[in-house]
Amino acid sequence: MTSAEIISVLESECGSRIKDKKADAIDPFVVVDALDLVAVAKTLRDNPRLRFDMLNCISVVDFLELDPKKAPKAGFEPHLEVVYHLSSFEHKHRFVVKVMLPRWKDNQPGELPKVPSLCSVWPAADWHEREAFDLSGVMFVGHPDLRRILTADDWVGHPLRKDYEFPLEYHGIRGR
Amino acid sequence: MGWLEGRFEESVMITTLEQGIAWARESSIWPMTFGLACCAIEMMAVGGPRYDLDRFGAGAFRATPRQADLMVVAGTVNMKMASRVRRLYNQMPDPKFVIAMGACTCGGGPYYKYGYNVVKGVDLVVPVDVYVPGCPPRPEALIEGIMRIQDKIRGMKYLTKGQPIEIPVPARTGYVKLPPELEDPDPTKALEKQIAWQKMNKEKATPTKA
Repeated sequence: MTSAEIISVLESECGSRIKDKKADAIDPFVVVDALDLVAVAKTLRDNPRLRFDMLNCISVVDFLELDPKKAPKAGFEPHLEVVYHLSSFEHKHRFVVKVMLPRWKDNQPGELPKVPSLCSVWPAADWHEREAFDLSGVMFVGHPDLRRILTADDWVGHPLRKDYEFPLEYHGIRGR
Repeated sequence: MGWLEGRFEESVMITTLEQGIAWARESSIWPMTFGLACCAIEMMAVGGPRYDLDRFGAGAFRATPRQADLMVVAGTVNMKMASRVRRLYNQMPDPKFVIAMGACTCGGGPYYKYGYNVVKGVDLVVPVDVYVPGCPPRPEALIEGIMRIQDKIRGMKYLTKGQPIEIPVPARTGYVKLPPELEDPDPTKALEKQIAWQKMNKEKATPTKA
C-alpha cells in the first residue's frame, strides 16, 4: 500500500486524531497527540488493511539550538519529537508516527514530558522505551518497568539532551 | 629446550634463588580473559597462532581473576564498568600487573571530549604498570607491553625478609628514533628544533576562520 493510501485509511478510521500528515517525505508520517497515541497505534496494528505488526524502533529527536545568536534562524521552536517506525510483514509496507512534546513538562526544567507507553500494543516497545527514557528523558506512562537501561542506575540527567552537562565526577572518578 | 642446549656445563647450573623465582614468574604471566571493546579483538590475535603469546609464557588466559597475574584492560572503560574493573582488580592475587591497552584506556582516546560516559583513562580506576597506545595497538605493540611487564618482574626483589615487595620501574623503555631533521648532537639545539617543529604543526592544525 502506498503511504497516501495508508494515510487515507488512517484518516477514515481515526479522523480528528491525526493532527498533521506528510505523504511525500522520504519516511511518510502522521503526527498525533500524546493522549491519542495508544488508540492510533491499536488501529495501525489491528486494521486488516494496515496490519503494522512490527515496531522497528523508537527514536527521540531533541530540537534545541543552544547558540542564542542562531536560535531565531533555526526554523523551529525548542521541542522533542518521539518517532515510531513501523512495518508490516503481511503487506510489506512501512510507516512513521510522530508525537510532538515540550522539552520539559509545563516548562519546568527537570519535569519529564509524558507519553503513554506502547508496551501493551507492541511488546518490542519495552526496551526501546527504556532507552528513550534513559538517554533522552521522556516519561512513558504505563510502562511496566521504566528503569535506566544503558547508563548506571544512579546516573543523573539524560545524556542525549542537547543541553546535558557532563558530570564532573562520578563515584570518585574524574569526569573530564 | 632449544636455546638452552649446549650453553651450560652438563647437569650443573648455578643461579641465585631470586633470579630463579623471577625467571619462573616472568615466564608464566597468566593474563585474565577480559576484553571490553575492539582492542579485545587485537588481544585475541596476540593469543592466536600468528603472534603466539605462548612464546612468552603468557598465553594461558584465565577465566577467573583469582588465577590471573596480569589484567590487560583492552577497550573502552565506561563509568558503569569502572566499578566492575576495580572489583576484578581487587580479586587478583598479588603480585598483579595491569596493562592499559589502547587509546581509550590510556586517556579516554576518541571519547575524551564528547564521551559523557567514558572514564578518561583507566588509571583513574586501577594502578597501571604499562601503557600501550594505539587505536587499537598492533599485536606487536601488546607483545612489547608484555615484555616490559617481564622486565619489571625480573627486577623485582622477592626475598625481602617480610618487607613489602618493591616494584621497580622497568629498566628498558620504548625508545623512538627521531627523524634526522629534528636531531642535533647538541641537546639544547635539538630541543629548540623540536619545539619549533611542534609550534609549526600546531599552527598548521588550527582551523582557518571563514
